[in-house]
Amino acid sequence: MKVLVTVKEVAEVEEDFEISNGEIEETYLDYDLNEWDDYAVEEGVQLQEAGDDVEVVAVTIGPERSEETIRMALAKGADRAVRVWDDALEDADILDVEAKADILAAVVEEEDPDIVLSGVQAADDAFGGTGVALAEEVGFEWAAVVNALDTEKVLDEGVASVHRELEGGVEELTDVELPAVLTIQTGINEPRYASLRGIRQAQSKEIAPKSFDDLGLDASVADSALELTDMYEPETESDAQYLEGDASEQAAQLADVLREKGVVDG
Amino acid sequence: MSDVLAVAEHRRGELRDVSFELVTAGRELADATGGDLHVAVVGGDTDSFADALNREGVDQLHAVEYGEEFNHDVYVQATEALFGDLDPEFLVVPNSVNGLDYAPAIANKLGLPYVSDAVDVEYDGSLTATREMYGSKVETTIEVAEGPYAVSIRGGEWPAAEGVGDADVSAFDVDFDEDAIRSTVTGFEEVGAGDVDISEAEFLVSIGRGIEEEENLPLIEALVEATDATLSSSRPIVDNGWLPKNRQVGQSGKQVTPDVYLAIGISGAVQHVAGMKGAETIIAVNTDPDAPIFDIADYGVVGDLFDVVPALIEEFGGDAPDV
Repeated sequence: MKVLVTVKEVAEVEEDFEISNGEIEETYLDYDLNEWDDYAVEEGVQLQEAGDDVEVVAVTIGPERSEETIRMALAKGADRAVRVWDDALEDADILDVEAKADILAAVVEEEDPDIVLSGVQAADDAFGGTGVALAEEVGFEWAAVVNALDTEKVLDEGVASVHRELEGGVEELTDVELPAVLTIQTGINEPRYASLRGIRQAQSKEIAPKSFDDLGLDASVADSALELTDMYEPETESDAQYLEGDASEQAAQLADVLREKGVVDG
Repeated sequence: MSDVLAVAEHRRGELRDVSFELVTAGRELADATGGDLHVAVVGGDTDSFADALNREGVDQLHAVEYGEEFNHDVYVQATEALFGDLDPEFLVVPNSVNGLDYAPAIANKLGLPYVSDAVDVEYDGSLTATREMYGSKVETTIEVAEGPYAVSIRGGEWPAAEGVGDADVSAFDVDFDEDAIRSTVTGFEEVGAGDVDISEAEFLVSIGRGIEEEENLPLIEALVEATDATLSSSRPIVDNGWLPKNRQVGQSGKQVTPDVYLAIGISGAVQHVAGMKGAETIIAVNTDPDAPIFDIADYGVVGDLFDVVPALIEEFGGDAPDV
């Protein structure tokens, strides 16, 4: 069985930052493996550990810099990785869901996986659509916002028996035929830390670079229907009454508030 | 081609609130395009759903009978058929978990540019959508040059449509391809049952990422004990396994309405706020003065929880553990 895990290097914004020319200045950004994808990688590695002959392949769309992040997936147990990048992607300020799905579809066709695991969303642009659009593109079944997966059933019966986390503390139980794309919600498992041994081994694992040419894609795939026209910090609308002073003064006022509201005696 | 098609959402026999917000957003767009607002409901008790959705501003209601509950394969087929028949300029759906489960597929299938989780939309010959990025740290505007468009809207951003409308209600027949329905909903499960029901608590002390490590939890537990409060948390604490699921406040956890909600080290992501904004008094303790939790707080403490919480425990005669 082959598991393809889509991973993305995302930018995280520091607490204080500045925006200029419609984007956050580079100095305020840190790059990391997308949190949702970290859970997807773990789910893939758990399938690999539970089954015989399960290969886990990580795929990303990203520039050379992102190899550092992809190595995290390899260090955690993915067998090898594919990194798609093309000059046509350099200037795209925002890649829409369709473009990502088209690019990843070409990889799915090449790799022919039984199951694709993808984070529910990316922490940066948060479109939350790539996995499901990809499934439609390649004719796979799918399930979105999965927070439990029956590993044995996947391996033994070729069915993804999942829980989907709905709103309000309700989960939907769904059976999905394979091949399928599952979008993975945080909390589905406990992502492991990369061990030193894992990190060492990752150095010798393959990260295959692929251009659009390699995948038989046309440069127009990178054309996005969406254009990011403005970015700004949301206005704060706070009417809060701030409790001033040092920590003990703040605590004393806070205690008074709690007493006034009648929720604490004493 | 200037109409708007909105697809309502229901679960376990009830329309979800976002369906009525969808009517408002859809009406706004229909006014801007100069077209009609079509609202579709797929599956379940379509007659009573259509009745309930017949609110001011709806021009046409389409009832697609098929099954009881949401199934994305059914929704994709129904939406494709409706879209083909109505030829609208906009497809509008909720950015709910079920919206996430079929909107990207139908947008891809129909080749529509897809904008998700919009908090505002404007149409002036072309679409401009407002949405958030980087965990709500920034807002962005996105322009989409050419329609027709698929847009999913965030819940709670538009008021629910009210009044009684005079829409035409009709059944819409879809020739479903049963072979293409390859997923089966087998049931539902309530999560978070347990010894404590945080939705009943009068005073919640709630903890978020700011606690940093599980080893620091006893500090909060000491505060809970000293104030006779109930302990709850935001999502990351539950994801990390530090507290059970029944303690989670938020969109996918519990909705709570305590007299006082003391949010400690919680930044106030929109999914969390959805679960606790009904608290009578909200108090936030956070090091970041720009944390969104302060936007909805009645009282704000800008400070380090590792200084403020021990001092607060002492105020109530408790002992703060060393963490």
